[in-house]
Amino acid sequence: MERQAGAPAIELKDIDKRFGAVRANRDISLSIARGTIHGIVGENGAGKSTLMSILYGFYRADSGEIRINGKAVEIASSDDAIAHGIGMVHQHFMLVDPFTVLENVVLGAEGGLTLAAGLEKARAALTALERDYGLEVPLDAPVETLTVGQQQRVEILKALFRGADILILDEPTGVLTPAEADHLFRILRQLKDQGKTIILITHKLREILAVTDNVSVMRRGEMVGTLLTADATAEKLAELMVGRRVLLRITKADATPARTVLDVKNLSIVDASGVVRVDDASFTVRAGEIVGIAGVAGNGQSELLEALAGMRPFSGGTVSINGTALDPGAPDAAALREAGMAHVPEDRQRIGLVTPFDACENTLLGHQSDPEYHRGLLLDHGAILSRTRDNMTGFDVRPCDPKLTASLFSGGNQQKLVLAREIERDPDLLIVGQPTRGVDIGAIEFIHKRLVDLRDAGKAILMVSVELDEIRALSDRILVMFAGRIVGERDSSADEGELGLLMAGVTDTEAA
Amino acid sequence: MSARAGTLTHWAITLLVPVFNLVAALVVSGLVVLVIGENPLEVVQLLVWGAFGYGEGVGYTLFYTTNFIFSGLAFAVAYHAGLFNIGAEGQAYLGGLGVALACLYLDFLPLPLLIPAAIAASALFGAAWAFVPGWLQAHRGSHIVITTIMFNFIAASVMVYLLVNVMAPPGSMQPESATFAETARMPFIHEMLGGLGIELSRSPLNMSFLWALACCVLVWLLIWHTPLGYALRTVGTSPQAAVYAGMSPKRLTVIAMLISGALAGGMALNEIMGSQHRLILEFTSGYGFVGIAVALMGRSHPVGICLAALLFGALYQGGAELAFEKPKITRDMVIVIQGLIIFFAGAMEHLFRPQLEALLTRKAASPVTVEEGQPSG
Repeated sequence: MERQAGAPAIELKDIDKRFGAVRANRDISLSIARGTIHGIVGENGAGKSTLMSILYGFYRADSGEIRINGKAVEIASSDDAIAHGIGMVHQHFMLVDPFTVLENVVLGAEGGLTLAAGLEKARAALTALERDYGLEVPLDAPVETLTVGQQQRVEILKALFRGADILILDEPTGVLTPAEADHLFRILRQLKDQGKTIILITHKLREILAVTDNVSVMRRGEMVGTLLTADATAEKLAELMVGRRVLLRITKADATPARTVLDVKNLSIVDASGVVRVDDASFTVRAGEIVGIAGVAGNGQSELLEALAGMRPFSGGTVSINGTALDPGAPDAAALREAGMAHVPEDRQRIGLVTPFDACENTLLGHQSDPEYHRGLLLDHGAILSRTRDNMTGFDVRPCDPKLTASLFSGGNQQKLVLAREIERDPDLLIVGQPTRGVDIGAIEFIHKRLVDLRDAGKAILMVSVELDEIRALSDRILVMFAGRIVGERDSSADEGELGLLMAGVTDTEAA
Repeated sequence: MSARAGTLTHWAITLLVPVFNLVAALVVSGLVVLVIGENPLEVVQLLVWGAFGYGEGVGYTLFYTTNFIFSGLAFAVAYHAGLFNIGAEGQAYLGGLGVALACLYLDFLPLPLLIPAAIAASALFGAAWAFVPGWLQAHRGSHIVITTIMFNFIAASVMVYLLVNVMAPPGSMQPESATFAETARMPFIHEMLGGLGIELSRSPLNMSFLWALACCVLVWLLIWHTPLGYALRTVGTSPQAAVYAGMSPKRLTVIAMLISGALAGGMALNEIMGSQHRLILEFTSGYGFVGIAVALMGRSHPVGICLAALLFGALYQGGAELAFEKPKITRDMVIVIQGLIIFFAGAMEHLFRPQLEALLTRKAASPVTVEEGQPSG
């Protein structure tokens, strides 16, 4: 590829993109120097993904210019992007699980009539790439047998194999343990040292500060600033993202735990395919405390939450909420709600909300049998409406329109709808999964505060989150789950490294 | 802000999409008519006149409409619960057995008591026939489309057996039951109104039509104003959210199929008790399948279903008239036109939707851009 000396690797000029009435990108100009790691931060819906999709050829900009290495280019498809040396590592991996690493990398770039010749050529090239960048993945292992961190490296390998000079990574650390994330950052630095240009999209400010050279902040479709990472602080970036000052860490008094509300003894969960998801877990949650469960996604936390919330049967052990024992074989969320349980599920889009329903109808979800909402045999739509309006005002849901379809609210407002519904029914126990996943910084602050308020009101809260910062900020006690087991308990002062080790399965006894 | 505009847009789309689909179907039908050498405008004129131009025609149109309301509602209720019940045909067929049994063996009852009994029998038999596929779907995961189709075949065979071997009166060579007593028939509308001094042309339109309209109201109440309807819609939209809310998808699947089958049974009321006055072979003649198109076109809402049922009723009646008047346009041609409407309303439902949505949302939302700066987090 011809290059103009000194020209930036990527230059965007006045990029504009509309979706219907929404202007997802407005007049975006950005210049990314070759051989640097450039971070792009912004809240959900700020337009980061749209911008990267334009760069990678998924969308075409309505107007504006893209220059790569100083040359104006048209990127109409991802093939064009690859031809211009742009590679992308998606948040959700695009891998064929039963195929080997080698087969996955070659997929779509087989070359030649027979597979064998292409594979052997690729093997040689990949071995060289692995050596150069310290990528370390077994080429002949099926992808499904690899760890998430390794799978991500396969994605990077794929991009490099196709000759990527510029690498875009979209929220790459969401699924990684802290140690895996560190490994990724080492690889990124190595890539940079070899002259590659890297664009890192994330909402984790700490990572931006740790690994990037420059950082650009987007807000509501606009580029609000680009600064040297050396000059940036988390507070400054957060302020740019939200447009006002935000409290990154909530202040809370010490917990005063009272009686036991949730009592879990030797709980085991085996899923439909016979895999043990939760193995002999025992713990309690008392009134007036927040217990956080830390762990990398997929280590049994989701199954644990679902069982406790009456959505999934369990195979062994006992669980009682407010003294009411759960029936292991016949999960019944309705009965648990009666007993004082409330549940904010991990996946609000599929489970916590029925997104094609309006806000009112979503207020009814889980409380459809509640006499408050009935008038004779029929539903009392007036009562539902006024409750919804109260919830929306109380939780500052915008727009405050009870008749608006749930899917049209932003992630943060959807989460507030779910939280309001669950909290406002005055539960004794709140089970909450990923309280702020996909939620804007401004809303995170609000949600955290409401959770602490609820605790201070003497309620028991069990929280699962893959965000270690969130766990540490909110929890009074921290349980760490690994491979279905609770491998340790720490208090809120536990340091990150220690928790990270536990999350990676290095247990107390091994560490000692 | 855009919320009000949003609902407005929603309504516009709800109304406009079926209209566009209908127009598209008529345009293509017009081309077909042109090809066989007839004047499309004349054909449309004949069709409309046949359906609405004179008293008897209107009566027949509404008689067919009654069938389509029942089959449309039957499909819609299951559809709200996420089930594709294409077994209305078989459920109505069995419903006919229930109606015939009531009319033959309970004919000692006075009519005001017999009618509710016949309605109950039609619903009960239809529901029973829908129960098995519903239960299999809920508890064994057998796909409802496959099982209901199979149950249509089974129903057909069972009815042939019953009509030939069991229900045919001794000595009769016809595969049909005995004719119901005069006192065991659903009153015709022209008779009822005639009693009140209002003269109408004779037609098979009977009181089942009123029950069909009542069912529309009941379904509307059920789906949007009862906790059960809410649960059915939740299961149909997001089964996991239903489990989260403490609902039982299995139970609701069975309930939805029972209600759906009961509604399908209404068709038998109209055809058997209202018009044929005896149980005959294949009286359902495809009305159950057309109900799918009716429900899809009517967006599974009783008001929409009534309008779509009226359209199909008019097509049936106007089409028969057309085939009579224009020898070149045979009965099969009319079925082609119906097929095109079903094709555009059902299979091609999304043909115009994206363009319409894009057009309307842009229009509706353009004044909002000023407010975009409003915080939304």
